[in-house]
Amino acid sequence: MPAMTMIQALNSALDVKLGSDPDALIFGEDVGYFGGVFRVTEGLQKKYGARRCFDSPISEGGIVATAIGMGAYGLRPIVEIQFADYILPAYDQLVSEAARLRYRSNGEFWCPITVRSPYGGGIFGGQTHSQSPEAIFAHVTGLKTVIPSNPYDAKGLLLAAIEEDDPVIFLEPKRLYNGPFDGHHDQPLVTWAEHPLGEVPQGHYTVPLGTARVMREGREATVLAYGTMVHVCNAAIAEAGIDAELIDLRSIVPLDIETVIASVRKTGRCVIVHEASRYGGFGGELSALVQERCFYHLRAPIERVAGWDTPYPHAFEWDYFPGPDRVAKALKRCVEAVA
Amino acid sequence: MEISRTARGANRPALSLHIPEPATRPGDVPDFSRITVPEAGAMPCPDIATPEAQMRDMPYGLIRVLDEKGRAVGPWDPRLDEDTLRAGLRAMLKTRLFDERMFRAHRQGKTSFYMKSLGEEAIGAAQALMLEAGDMNFPSYRMLSWLMARDYPLIDLCNQIYSNERDPLRGRQLPILYSAREYGFYSLSGNVGSRFGHAVGWAMASAYKGGDAIAVGHVGDGTTAEGDFHEALTFASVYRAPVILCIENNQWAISSFSGIAGAGATTFAAKAIAYGMPGLRVDGNDFLAVCSATLWAAERARANHGPTLIEFFTYRAAGHSTSDDPTRYRPAEEAAQWPLGDPLERLKDHLIALGAWDAARHEALAAELTAEIRAASRQAEAVGTLGQSKPNPREMFEDVFAEPDWRIIEQRREAGV
Repeated sequence: MPAMTMIQALNSALDVKLGSDPDALIFGEDVGYFGGVFRVTEGLQKKYGARRCFDSPISEGGIVATAIGMGAYGLRPIVEIQFADYILPAYDQLVSEAARLRYRSNGEFWCPITVRSPYGGGIFGGQTHSQSPEAIFAHVTGLKTVIPSNPYDAKGLLLAAIEEDDPVIFLEPKRLYNGPFDGHHDQPLVTWAEHPLGEVPQGHYTVPLGTARVMREGREATVLAYGTMVHVCNAAIAEAGIDAELIDLRSIVPLDIETVIASVRKTGRCVIVHEASRYGGFGGELSALVQERCFYHLRAPIERVAGWDTPYPHAFEWDYFPGPDRVAKALKRCVEAVA
Repeated sequence: MEISRTARGANRPALSLHIPEPATRPGDVPDFSRITVPEAGAMPCPDIATPEAQMRDMPYGLIRVLDEKGRAVGPWDPRLDEDTLRAGLRAMLKTRLFDERMFRAHRQGKTSFYMKSLGEEAIGAAQALMLEAGDMNFPSYRMLSWLMARDYPLIDLCNQIYSNERDPLRGRQLPILYSAREYGFYSLSGNVGSRFGHAVGWAMASAYKGGDAIAVGHVGDGTTAEGDFHEALTFASVYRAPVILCIENNQWAISSFSGIAGAGATTFAAKAIAYGMPGLRVDGNDFLAVCSATLWAAERARANHGPTLIEFFTYRAAGHSTSDDPTRYRPAEEAAQWPLGDPLERLKDHLIALGAWDAARHEALAAELTAEIRAASRQAEAVGTLGQSKPNPREMFEDVFAEPDWRIIEQRREAGV
């Protein structure tokens, strides 16, 4: 199997879909001729024509609104919002329309759209190129939200998302586009070529939504993460010298609750890690779910490591970003806690 | 004048903020002197292939076909056969009678909410009859006449309004926010304007597939202020989508007069100019004018000439909804003074002038429709009105997704359904 970056894996998923489904089409800002500001749609317009992959006006609300109309007609639109920070102009369309269309029409109309968007920090993106908005989508009934952490999952999850008959928010951790990143910003970059999950099949396969991946088995604690934080947590576990079980949730909605419960019941301890700010973050929901379902197995308070409750700053990138050191400390607190 | 930089501190008026106000308020004598009503038949009818730049007077005129004697005049006369005219009259009358009955049903506590389309019945009725079965309407909540013209079952309307056990939307949706795919009527939602772009996307999809169907979208005058309006027009223009984008300018957005939406500065139809698409301004109370403007725009769309914006100039004769009392912000007699009259009466007069209708037939039709509506509402009431009957609460958990996830299954169990 060829080694692919996450960008190439996503591009491959889109290529597979455009090649196999004439009702699939792509549009968004700069995705056509130029191939996207992150190259995810590179070459697709040339291969399939402008009708299948085209540029849109700078209008996130318009992009999602027209995609919903196309979905109602029977197409399978895949649209891009250039940065997740700029998805908010489309929030009304996503919340009031895409998420509700099937429910309010008793299934007469539905919305098989996929909204791809680069998200997350660690790239000196400042306030509007770094945010992690997954929690504001997790709270919306009718939306599915997916976040890959590696090229293999990125392709399989994207194909699964496109094939869903429900609207899917597909958040791509842009820090992971070119290689895994464990939070050690002062160390040399690594590439996906050296990572086992950088091996990506050429053709069609899916990673089903709602299935977590156990990245590392362990006995002493469970670490729940997704996106870039999966790699940060992996490093933190090694540095803390703790035999922790690391779970990559892969999808926020639907959530693989079974895998989470089984792990925490086994380890009795749980650390939740995300880049998004803590208060009202998805970690709060995870913590509540674990507490409700694993209360008698828990041997320590659930720990949450997250971005601070501030806007995402520029100069303070590494003071803000929940790096391996913060995660390792939380892991130690959790494991050493005595009831 | 001479342009020169005024010296700092020079004597000039202080800036003042302009807050538009309607000409009259409760207690005043209604005054529509600001509205110019051009003669019927006066507007030219350009070829559908005419470039937009050559039609820039259209958005400032008013397309009218029916004159004061009920005759169809001028180049916009759609020359419809008598059966179509009678079908239009029937749909409008049915809408009006149904509105009256359901308004009373609300006052009797049989439903929580209702909205009439009094005075605006021509728009939906005409478009439903002029467009094809495969076309899709993305309506506003004041377009019941579309469903009436296409013979949507009255019993289903009543069941939806009563949210009873047979509600086609399974009790999930506020009364009158219908969805009727088979009738070319897209799912309504309460937030205004958010489906305008869906109409454009649907039309783009039809073009993408090389189909022959077009879309028609509707917003009110107030909703033109939403960003969705601009977005829809931009996308429609950029991709030359086969769509008719309509504004029902009924002069009022709840209590705000159209000036609050920008009517003081220009017409709503003129907004089309900025997007490079034709803008038609049409007498919305003239069934024939609505028909021909719709046909014109539909032909343009089907010939790949792209979108058209149409402002239907009309008047919201009733309150905004059952929760509204218009006498608190406009003169009570205003509706009766509206210079474009009543769309139903005008079409009736036209049919009578043609010798294709008379008072006796009209009375008979009204009696027939009243009986039909009474029968349907009684049938629905027998199933149950709001609070007396509802779909199985299990329905609350269906259709969130194509397949429920574990949360929904668990919660359904928790709810004991």
